[in-house]
Amino acid sequence: MGGCCPPMDLLRSEPMQLVQLIVPIESAHLTVSYLGDLGLLQFKDLNADKSPFQRTYAAQIKKCGEMARKLRFFKDQMMKAGLTPSIKSISQVDINVDDLEIKLVELEAELVELNANGEKLQRAYSELMESKIVLQKVGEFFHAAQSRATARHREIESQSTGEESINTPLLRDQEMASDPSKQIKLGFLCGLVPRDKSIAFERILFRATRGNVFLRQVEVEEPVIDPASGEKVEKNVFLVFYSGERAKNKILKICEAFGANRYSFDEDLGRQTQVISEVTQSLTELKTTIDAGLLHRGNLLQTIGDQFEQWNQLVRKEKAIYHTLNMLSLDVTKKCLVGEGWCPVFAIKQIQEVLQRAAIDSNAQVGAIIQVLHTKEMPPTFFRTNKFTSAFQEIVDAYGVARYQEANPGVYTIITFPFLFAVMFGDWGHGICLLLATLVFVLREKKLSGQKLGDITEMIFGGRYVILMMALFSIYTGLIYNEFFSVPFELFGPSAYACRDLDCKDAGTVGLIKVRDAYAFGVDPVWHGTRTELPFLNSLKMKLSILLGVAQMNLGIILSYFNANFFKNGLNIWFQFIPQMIFLNSLFGYLSLLIIVKWWTGSQADLYHIMIYMFLGPTEDLGENRLFPGQDRLQQVLLLLALVSVPWMLLPKPFLLKKQHEERHQGHSYAQLEITDESFFQLEQSHDSHGHEEFQFGEVFVHQLIHTIEFVLGAVSNTASYLRLWALSLAHSELSSVFYEKVLLLAWGFNNVIILVIGIIVFIAATVGVLLVMETLSAFLHALRLHWVEFQNKFYEGDGYKFFPFSFVLLGDEDE
Amino acid sequence: MYGFEALTFNIHGGYLEAIVRGHRASLLTAADYNNLCQCETLDDIKMHLSATEYGPYLQNEPSPLHTTTIVEKCTLKLVDEYKNMLCQATEPLSTFLEYITYGHMIDNVVLIVTGTLHERDVQELLEKCHPLGMFDSIATLAVAQNMRELYRLVLVDTPLAPYFSECITSEDLDDMNIEIMRNTLYKAYLEDFYRFCQKLGGATAEIMSDLLAFEADRRAVNITINSIGTELTRDDRRKLYSNFGLLYPYGHEELAICEDIDQVRGAMEKYPPYQSIFAKLSYGEGQMLDKAFYEEEVKRLCLAFEQQFHYAVFFAYMRLREQEIRNLMWISECVAQNQKSRVHDSVVFIF
Repeated sequence: MGGCCPPMDLLRSEPMQLVQLIVPIESAHLTVSYLGDLGLLQFKDLNADKSPFQRTYAAQIKKCGEMARKLRFFKDQMMKAGLTPSIKSISQVDINVDDLEIKLVELEAELVELNANGEKLQRAYSELMESKIVLQKVGEFFHAAQSRATARHREIESQSTGEESINTPLLRDQEMASDPSKQIKLGFLCGLVPRDKSIAFERILFRATRGNVFLRQVEVEEPVIDPASGEKVEKNVFLVFYSGERAKNKILKICEAFGANRYSFDEDLGRQTQVISEVTQSLTELKTTIDAGLLHRGNLLQTIGDQFEQWNQLVRKEKAIYHTLNMLSLDVTKKCLVGEGWCPVFAIKQIQEVLQRAAIDSNAQVGAIIQVLHTKEMPPTFFRTNKFTSAFQEIVDAYGVARYQEANPGVYTIITFPFLFAVMFGDWGHGICLLLATLVFVLREKKLSGQKLGDITEMIFGGRYVILMMALFSIYTGLIYNEFFSVPFELFGPSAYACRDLDCKDAGTVGLIKVRDAYAFGVDPVWHGTRTELPFLNSLKMKLSILLGVAQMNLGIILSYFNANFFKNGLNIWFQFIPQMIFLNSLFGYLSLLIIVKWWTGSQADLYHIMIYMFLGPTEDLGENRLFPGQDRLQQVLLLLALVSVPWMLLPKPFLLKKQHEERHQGHSYAQLEITDESFFQLEQSHDSHGHEEFQFGEVFVHQLIHTIEFVLGAVSNTASYLRLWALSLAHSELSSVFYEKVLLLAWGFNNVIILVIGIIVFIAATVGVLLVMETLSAFLHALRLHWVEFQNKFYEGDGYKFFPFSFVLLGDEDE
Repeated sequence: MYGFEALTFNIHGGYLEAIVRGHRASLLTAADYNNLCQCETLDDIKMHLSATEYGPYLQNEPSPLHTTTIVEKCTLKLVDEYKNMLCQATEPLSTFLEYITYGHMIDNVVLIVTGTLHERDVQELLEKCHPLGMFDSIATLAVAQNMRELYRLVLVDTPLAPYFSECITSEDLDDMNIEIMRNTLYKAYLEDFYRFCQKLGGATAEIMSDLLAFEADRRAVNITINSIGTELTRDDRRKLYSNFGLLYPYGHEELAICEDIDQVRGAMEKYPPYQSIFAKLSYGEGQMLDKAFYEEEVKRLCLAFEQQFHYAVFFAYMRLREQEIRNLMWISECVAQNQKSRVHDSVVFIF
């Protein structure tokens, strides 16, 4: 920690170490399981070159996959049956994995059998159902045809009784009387065809038989359950009359091709009714059988559902354990597993305990061995966050995970982020709305954290403490800006100004005189609505923005000093931190000084003019813009310093790096002669791991050049970038005053209740939609940018990787 | 407007091109194939595939796997992707995508017709059909007795109808004329597809004509080799060659009179692009020709991705996936039948 400051956990990531575990093979499973419960060790994959099925525990993983598949099958079945697996896992019995496997196999077999039986019954049932429909529809058709035919017949007869018409076929009698062999035999087929195929069906029938069929189709009103697929399909009843055996064969084939189910039908009316009653009877019988089967199946699924969560958890854990075990490499003797992993230094005691416990519990003859390895590899970054700090750390991590032990901007983000947000969102009315909304989440967090929330709600819930801080700071800045839904209040005593005479009401600031001491806190409410309100507030907020920006950028550069100091990198202190500090402060630090002096003295000097002519004519007289004595000389010195600091940043560092590199290599060639055996070995190791990288001067120099240019230009553009604080704050207050004046006050002016109600509704909708949601989002994003770009680029490398321990808690729903 | 596709292509085609390039990135690589070739059982294959995009399609399969299941599921993935793309496509891309499936349609028609000729069950045949080449009334094909009926009953409704104009005869179907029908249909299909691509113009026409010409030439060679020693006359054989491609027209004359495989080789080696293919084969060997052609095709298909703003990527992607599924089928078969020494015989690495 450098020794100077008290330990600050969040500033530096936890010290980590690489440990080697040697676990006897018989206790490996239990050990890994306990380590998963502890969740403080990140295993390294030692078998990265092996494909998944060549690893030691591939068979067990396959087994787990199989069990997971069965569980998915159960879940699927439960979903279909409309059951939900009970969330509360009844942890009655600790079930063994092997037992579970057997149990799952049994249950699956049972369920599959039940399903098959049920399906068979269902199929028979739907077939009967279809045949019943066919019987009804076709019966209706025949009946109608018959009655029509008799009617026609009667008509013809009634006609023919009168006189012999020309239409009466002459040969009728003969034809009727002719031998039955000559009579054309009309056969018919009937059945059901899916409605969407019915047209094509008809067309093909027509084509195949060259039109020598008579086809009737009737729509079945209700969708029918298809026996083959078990799904509800809309169908038509069809009835085909054909002549001849060949046609019949063709029609049969076509029916088959179209998935049209045929059913037998008897022309005889008596038989028909008999068949219908038979069908109805067997339908009711089947129905009771099916219901009994369904009940049985439901019970089975219910029992599965009660324990589903527990089983699922177990299988998932098991799978994770074997995946982890696969990362360990098998010892040559095949008696123990060797694993490597990262763990925080503080956790080593706990891990040792866990290993001991595992060894005892598994009755292993030898305990597991843990030893610390020394390595040049960069350890993972691990911050111990709590529920409050984690959201802020997320904001930083979204940009890049901190390099191991580098200064963590997350610490400062906790305050600066909500503060910069609030500078843009300053309105204590809106702040209170935001506070109330987020309090709902904060107060009910116990309840909410358990359940699944929607996508966006989850995001808001995750950032509830960020929003809480944002709301609190908004109230604070809102009080400073003295805005409550854009209305000023005289909260901290009366305004310091009053009218000189009675008629100055609309005159703005002209007729006002100061009557009391300055307004105690924030902006004097008298500014509101005056002509000079905007120029005054703009000037105030702009200057505030620059002050805040310069302060934050300075903090960033100072953090780069902490980093350099921590990593013992003198070069970065002398040739990066110091010139950067000088450059920034001699220009913009000086500007900040001028702003403060101007406020202090109430001078009317033009700061633009001063800054611009500091560059254009450093020797020119300042004239009336002089703020303090000696300013001319100071400016010249500062300008000189700024100019000097640029080559200071650029040139020495690459050359010194080159020199260092050369020295290191020379040192090695001499040093090797004198050292003893053990230290020689160590040196060799360290030498191997970091020595031989090429030093490319050109690359380093160009890198430094880019870095310098970025900083110099960035100092200007970043300072300008902080003006967004003013711009967004202006936009926010203007928008809210527009909504207040043009909607609420306008509606009020009509003296009409309906208009007032409409006005209030519009005002609330606009306030919530535009000011509370959209403005929050935009201010959030701008605050995010100011942190990621303007603040963090001064010191933050962000090229680390996160510590991701093997833990059952983190396992969660990730493989869903 | 050749060279100006970049201006307007992305209006309709950009999204799908991005999609198809994303799909392409998930094709199995040589490293995957190496791992797959080392598998001991089909479960190992499943395990390896579960780490690829095939994972979701295979994860719910119960454990004693069969090669057919693997192939079926992998094909299902391709079909899903195809359907998804077809849904999103607008003209003329949608037509282009439909053209890709016609080849499968022809194969399916031939499969069903041959099957019914040999009295197979229609349902069983339907299961063997490629899902991309399915159409509504495909099962009705079983009714037809000769080609005229085939056309009049069923195929008149399908996109294949125009291709039939050359092969409507009233002869009863037999193995020989079914095969001739397949090749005639294919010829008509390729020519039609070729014309369609020419009409699209631009990079699509350029790349597709190259790919289709290769396809046509390959078919010409295959027809020649397969018809050696059959009663097909030279003129009939000549008629089955597509009227475009590198071999058209002089190469066709030579192929038409070939009597053995070495003569085919002699005819083909006059064409530089095919020289390299035949150079790999020893004299008198026809077995490895298929693989050599597949390898050349894959190479050309991969090249199609090097250019942007054209439709050939869709064609290339579908073909590459089909090749991948063929590879998987071969590997699974070898693993299932314990013939691991032959694994490399027919696998064509894509990347």
